[in-house]
Amino acid sequence: MDFLNALVALSNFVIVPAVAYGSQLALGALGVTLIYGILRFSNFAHGDTMAFGTMGVILATWWLQGLGVSLGPLPTALLALPAGIAICAALVLATDRVVYRFYRAQRVKPVILVIVSMGVMFVYNGLTRFVIGPGDQSFGDGSRFVISALDFRAMTGLQEGLAIRTSQAITLVTAIVVVAILFWFLNRTRTGKSMRAYSDNEDLALLSGINPERVVLVTWLIVAALATVAGTLYGLDKSFKPFTYFQLLLPIFASAIVGGLGSPVGAIAGGFIIAFSEVTITYAWKKVLGHLLPESLEPDGLVQLLAVDYKFAVSFVILVVVLLIRPTGLFRGKAV
Amino acid sequence: MSERIHSGAGGTDRARTVLLFVLVAVLILGTGFVQSWNTALVILNMGLVSAIMSLGVNMQWGFAGLFNVGVMGFVALGGLAAVLVGMPPVPEAWAAGGPRIIGALLLSAGVIALAVTLYKRMTPGRLRAFLVFAVVVVGFFVYRGLLDPAKEAVESVDPAATGYLGGLGLPIVLAWPVGGLLAAGAAWVIGKVALGLRSDYLAIATLGIAEIVIAILKNEDWLSRGVKNVIGLPRPVPYEVDLQQDPAFVERAASLGMDPATASSITVKLGYSAFFTVVLVIILIAAQLALNSPWGRMMRAIRDNETAAEAMGKDVTGRHLQIFILGSALLGLAGAMMTTLDGQLTPASYQPLRFTFLIWVMVIVGGSGNNFGAVLGGFLVWWLWVQVEPIGQGVMSLVTAGMAEDSAVRDHLMDSVAHMRLLTMGVVMLLMLRFAPRGLLPER
Amino acid sequence: MSGPAYDDRGNKDRTITKAGQVGQLRAADNRDARPVHSRDAFLIGDGMTGGYGRGADILHDCTIAVEKGQIAVIVGPNGAGKSTAMKAVFGMLSIHTGSVRLGGEDITRLAPQARVRKGMGFVPQNANIFTSMTVEENLEMGAFIRTDDYSDTMAQVYDLFPILKEKRRQPAGELSGGQRQQVAVGRALMTEPTVLMLDEPTAGVSPIVMDELFDRIIEVARTGISILMVEQNARQALAIADQGYVLVQGRNAYTGTGEELLADPEVRRSFLGG
Repeated sequence: MDFLNALVALSNFVIVPAVAYGSQLALGALGVTLIYGILRFSNFAHGDTMAFGTMGVILATWWLQGLGVSLGPLPTALLALPAGIAICAALVLATDRVVYRFYRAQRVKPVILVIVSMGVMFVYNGLTRFVIGPGDQSFGDGSRFVISALDFRAMTGLQEGLAIRTSQAITLVTAIVVVAILFWFLNRTRTGKSMRAYSDNEDLALLSGINPERVVLVTWLIVAALATVAGTLYGLDKSFKPFTYFQLLLPIFASAIVGGLGSPVGAIAGGFIIAFSEVTITYAWKKVLGHLLPESLEPDGLVQLLAVDYKFAVSFVILVVVLLIRPTGLFRGKAV
Repeated sequence: MSERIHSGAGGTDRARTVLLFVLVAVLILGTGFVQSWNTALVILNMGLVSAIMSLGVNMQWGFAGLFNVGVMGFVALGGLAAVLVGMPPVPEAWAAGGPRIIGALLLSAGVIALAVTLYKRMTPGRLRAFLVFAVVVVGFFVYRGLLDPAKEAVESVDPAATGYLGGLGLPIVLAWPVGGLLAAGAAWVIGKVALGLRSDYLAIATLGIAEIVIAILKNEDWLSRGVKNVIGLPRPVPYEVDLQQDPAFVERAASLGMDPATASSITVKLGYSAFFTVVLVIILIAAQLALNSPWGRMMRAIRDNETAAEAMGKDVTGRHLQIFILGSALLGLAGAMMTTLDGQLTPASYQPLRFTFLIWVMVIVGGSGNNFGAVLGGFLVWWLWVQVEPIGQGVMSLVTAGMAEDSAVRDHLMDSVAHMRLLTMGVVMLLMLRFAPRGLLPER
Repeated sequence: MSGPAYDDRGNKDRTITKAGQVGQLRAADNRDARPVHSRDAFLIGDGMTGGYGRGADILHDCTIAVEKGQIAVIVGPNGAGKSTAMKAVFGMLSIHTGSVRLGGEDITRLAPQARVRKGMGFVPQNANIFTSMTVEENLEMGAFIRTDDYSDTMAQVYDLFPILKEKRRQPAGELSGGQRQQVAVGRALMTEPTVLMLDEPTAGVSPIVMDELFDRIIEVARTGISILMVEQNARQALAIADQGYVLVQGRNAYTGTGEELLADPEVRRSFLGG
């Protein structure tokens, strides 16, 4: 029995990656939930919005790297974020102007907007591949680790190592900052409150003199920022591939729904619930159990509950269970 | 027949339908004349399959407003059926662990049934939650304990060639209805869960299940050989090689002025076309009859005013479940046909954009709620999907004509042609939604 | 209206679309309204004839007026067009004949939002508060169009409805029916309107709460704000009314002071249950 080593192994393989992934999902789910709350539909193009924004960041990063600009130990991509957000914002605002606004003026049922967002998804997907190609792009630079497994072992003398990659640390810090700013904005500023009001009761918001077009504009700006940040963090942590971003749609939707669509707090909670479940259930527990159990009981197999490819199944099962128990999600009633 | 099918259609409606289908014929024949007859037939055959898929989605969306974004999963289940029915069994693998795998599957079904029964019979509370949870967890570990060794044994039987249980070795055409049944079974489970709740949660449920089906196909090697693919599925039509060795066939080809290779390949494809056309026509007639039957009228009544239908004592959820299962069965059927046409099951080739969202483009372009529209959309969009690349290539060549041979921009643009497809589909869909939201053949 | 071209086919999938209605508020199309000028009042909907969109007429030569600081009440049987008449005054019903004037200015062609800026406060019958927002945030949203310091107005609203001050940090959706109506009225008062329009403010509240609400409404009127109110509880409402309108099938059936109408045997028999 070796509790410390087990804890370190658990942190290294489960907690740290799940926290990073959870933050990325939470940021993605926040974007989905904001659009759901204010524009009233689930945006199928959100994964591709993330991909497009990240592409903007990557292009800006390459340009900065070409100029020889660097942030030292931090990835240059952080410096390129504003440029990526701006590019993404320009895209979504143009889309809103050319595509969505027409349907809003017609006051179509929201499900039509869902179908429209499928068309937008195709276009974004095509655009991203058109510009940067369908392949893997790596754009992380700076130092790779905050603590490497080797240093950790040397420092503590433990058998297990704990590695924290720079990208993971940055993910968590950035996510906290972004979420803090978002909540401050929604709960403390006049524009943020007007967004919540509009989400809560469209007619009454109109009667109060809130301009819906302005609310929509601000929403798209925030969504562009959230999507770009989420996509960039995911790309730094793993890698950038347009198709992977499209596939993130399921866990992101699952996070938003588990938390309760329309609820920002729910989106964050949902993101972490989905991430932790995915990682724990697809992690091979042999190592951790090996430390915890007496030698005679040590498992022979990998003790992996499900193969990594089944991670979608995990999101899905959690989703079904939550819907069965609490159909409105964990945090209901708190509109945007 | 056509009188009945068109009953209620105005003259202009019919003229429009005929005209648009003539356009499809012209496009396909044109492909034959300009490119090659082989290409034209490839498009026609996949067009027929796409038309059936499109009919399936149209049933669900057009007639009941059910939002299925897991088309890919049902299509893939059909593909699995083709393997399970058509491929010969692998006796060594069965001997190694077949019964045990079947046992494990039966056990898992039993566990789920027990959990569901507990959930339904017991009064809500902690005890129920605990018991259901315990049954599922214990059941899962017992299932894995049973399955894993058998799975390993089966997968180690000549992994390069088999490594799976194989199928039943029955005529592959039987796989088509079986594919439909498999998809219908999955749809029943999904529908029970997602439509039976207080609200409707179908979209996310189908989105999830589709990914899970693909994950199973990719991972459960004992079942579908996973990413090693199953190749060489039996065919309902003769092989080209056999035809080329048949003197009578060679002679007939020569009399038509064709070389045996081309003639054989075209003959084979025509064979598929004949099979698929028969299936499509049967389904289309059945769908039209159903649409105009009391059942179809009730479906539309529910769709147009659910509250009123419910007040009149109609079982809305039950009807929705019915039509969801029916539509999914069509998707499974089409999936089995497609895998038969390909002659192989390649799980990695199932992509949501191609197998879910493209079908939606077909329905939107054709006309939601109109069976003929769905078929038309299937053909038109499929034709476009195939032809965007050559057309894009031509356009790009024109655009880049003035650039230097070694220009990086030119290279990039030429490479990007491959991605024009998605962009084009998106633009087509958005233009349709904006300017002809009811599709080319609107619902009457 | 989302026409048949954009049919949702009865879809009610909660995972893709937000439950609840898309905004219903429609600005009336009064561009071609033929003006009518029968008399003057602080706020008057004068000779209004019209209906929703291009539909059949619901109002027929209907006139509703209220003087400064007075209370006008619209009563009548179910389906008489009471709420419709009020919505017409507020610009949510298209009228092809008639005028709406506020303080002498013709506002017939203004959208409801623009009328709010002109000094009209409107409290709808249903969904009249932001349920997920706190009481104080509801009031802040009421003052959204104001660029000046509105803390005085908020203090006045809290003076008028002391319970709201107590519960100002609570989500409005958690309050009781009567308290929610107070929030709704308070929200409308935040723009410092010259006219307050209330659509059945006492629907679904107990008689005690109703009396209390009426007391508050009288208090509001005393500060110089005109009140135009649609009421189901005709007897109680007419008792506090300076002016009463009995509508039948979209037409003015009886008009008079509250006392006159209460005393009118015809009105008593037909509408007040004897």
